Amino acid sequence: MSKERTRILVVDDEEIVRESLSGWLEKDGYTLATAQDGPSALEKVKRERWSILLVDLKMPGMDGLHVLEATKQIQADVAVVIMTAYATVETAVEAMKAGAYDYLVKPFDPEELSLMMEKIVAQQQLVRENVLLRKVLKRDYRFRDFISKSSAMQKVFDVARSAARSQSTVLILGESGTGKELAARAIHAESPRHGAPFVAVSCAALTETLLESELFGHEKGSFTGAFARRKGKFESAHGGTLFLDEIGDISPKLQLDLLRVLEDRTFCRVGGSEPVEVDVRIVAATNRDLRKAVDEGQFRDDLFYRLNVIPILLPPLRDRREDIPLLVEHFLEHLNVETSRHIDGISSEALALLMRHDWPGNVRELRNVLERGMVVAQGSLIMPEDLGLMPSQRQPNAFDMGLTLDEVEHRHVAAVLRHAGGNVTQAARLLDIDRVTLYNKIKKYGLRRTEEHVGVDS
Amino acid sequence: MAIDVHLWWIGADAANDRLMESSCASVEHVFRARTRVYHSTDRPLHAFDVRRQQHSSTTILKWLVSRGHPGGRIVAMTDVDLFIPVLTFVYGEAQLGGTAAVVSTARLLADSGSPRPTSLFDERVVKECIHELGHTFGLLHCDTPGCVMTRSVNVIEVDAKRTALCEDCAIRYREFRQKDGHHE
Repeated sequence: MSKERTRILVVDDEEIVRESLSGWLEKDGYTLATAQDGPSALEKVKRERWSILLVDLKMPGMDGLHVLEATKQIQADVAVVIMTAYATVETAVEAMKAGAYDYLVKPFDPEELSLMMEKIVAQQQLVRENVLLRKVLKRDYRFRDFISKSSAMQKVFDVARSAARSQSTVLILGESGTGKELAARAIHAESPRHGAPFVAVSCAALTETLLESELFGHEKGSFTGAFARRKGKFESAHGGTLFLDEIGDISPKLQLDLLRVLEDRTFCRVGGSEPVEVDVRIVAATNRDLRKAVDEGQFRDDLFYRLNVIPILLPPLRDRREDIPLLVEHFLEHLNVETSRHIDGISSEALALLMRHDWPGNVRELRNVLERGMVVAQGSLIMPEDLGLMPSQRQPNAFDMGLTLDEVEHRHVAAVLRHAGGNVTQAARLLDIDRVTLYNKIKKYGLRRTEEHVGVDS
Repeated sequence: MAIDVHLWWIGADAANDRLMESSCASVEHVFRARTRVYHSTDRPLHAFDVRRQQHSSTTILKWLVSRGHPGGRIVAMTDVDLFIPVLTFVYGEAQLGGTAAVVSTARLLADSGSPRPTSLFDERVVKECIHELGHTFGLLHCDTPGCVMTRSVNVIEVDAKRTALCEDCAIRYREFRQKDGHHE
């Protein structure tokens, strides 16, 4: 920063001091102003931004320490230097405790003043540069809500940006918790369709009949309970983007229906015969190996080719561990806003623990672990034991004769979900049940809400 | 039209004519000014501060302006030690964009290798004269190494300067002169 942008306020009740000091500093190119007492100095501090305040300790009315304290309340980053004619250890300690940058004993050596000003200016410049660089760094590492500096993810960002500009169907592949819905939302937000709706459907959460009605809508009386005509997600997403999550789990019949919509851009509502035309961009996602599913005859090859126009593979977090510190900083920033707690950061031991963990639940699991850490942390830093990742922290399985089968199931499902970092697919796999069944259990035990609000993608 | 600069010895001891002449020559060279040594026995005796045993440079500047000097710029040179209230000493002081400046030789003899004035001492005095006079032409302290307008708070820093303006300061000086209605 140029010196004229360094604004110095000299506060002293003696005019000759104000004049000579401001005159001396003015010749260094700083922008100077003076105040003859505490209240008028504080008025200036309230109205304008200052880099440095040079404040006399002994002034009638409000003394220098009061000016220092009040200034720090208004502009915390201003460097306040206390000037005193009678230096004692007590006054120096008091000034430093109150947040003074330093103190000078009048009269001071020109070299001392000159060096102190240069030091303050250099430090403030470093702070500003640091803030700026962090902003630039974050901007470079960002694609909408995604943050990553790994080369693999940077390539993903490049493909996603190109995909956003096109109208082509996108197939996002990746383990649960890697941010598939986030990627879909980012592509929509970056696309020319961003003004139109983004509609997300989790294909695995619904039975075949319900999903069919959910996607295509239904006509009145088409099935029991269809009291009125209802628009489906395809129609709701008209002009925008339809995100079909967990596409690998849809039934053969729905695979065929989807293929038709993708080919003709038209469909019929359930129970209807009138074709409905839609302009929808499809972004599909799955954590399954679709190619393998095609080989095994579980997924239509023609639908796979229709969907796999622009494939995007999101790497698991364990393959981009270099992103963990960046993600930790990002999540803590957000969690500080979302929760009432304020955490300054994470201890180096805790970060090392996060770097070592395998993250089966990927970024979502990391966020959940950090949220837990924030809640449990006693001080302003998250410590390793706050994260719940240490082996000694794991609860042994309790055997309690007093529990009903439902209660045991409730506890087990909740524990497995926790272990999977809220990752439904992974939890279903661990429990060896399909996801529809797990969704039903989540609903039954009221677990879903807790897990949903911490999810990064579904 | 060349600008007039008067150099005036207001020290306690007798003037060092050799030093006054070499200062005039350097000022003429750097600022393309018309210089003259001003002779007067008037001294700002009231600028002496008994408690500090030093002379107030600010008081001297006010005295120079109030007594109506011969016109143009005036650089008072003295062998007494100068101070401003917050600092232990100053080598000199000038009115920024004004007409008066004062330079002290009192601390420039230090570490010169001799208790008596030498060419190194003369050079230091000349540099400080040019430096303070530069302030009266609106020049601020410069960060260019070697420029006579760099701030010097000890003799090592004075010695590190040349008796010349850097390119940027020379341009600023020309601009100031043009605004002031003077042409070289």
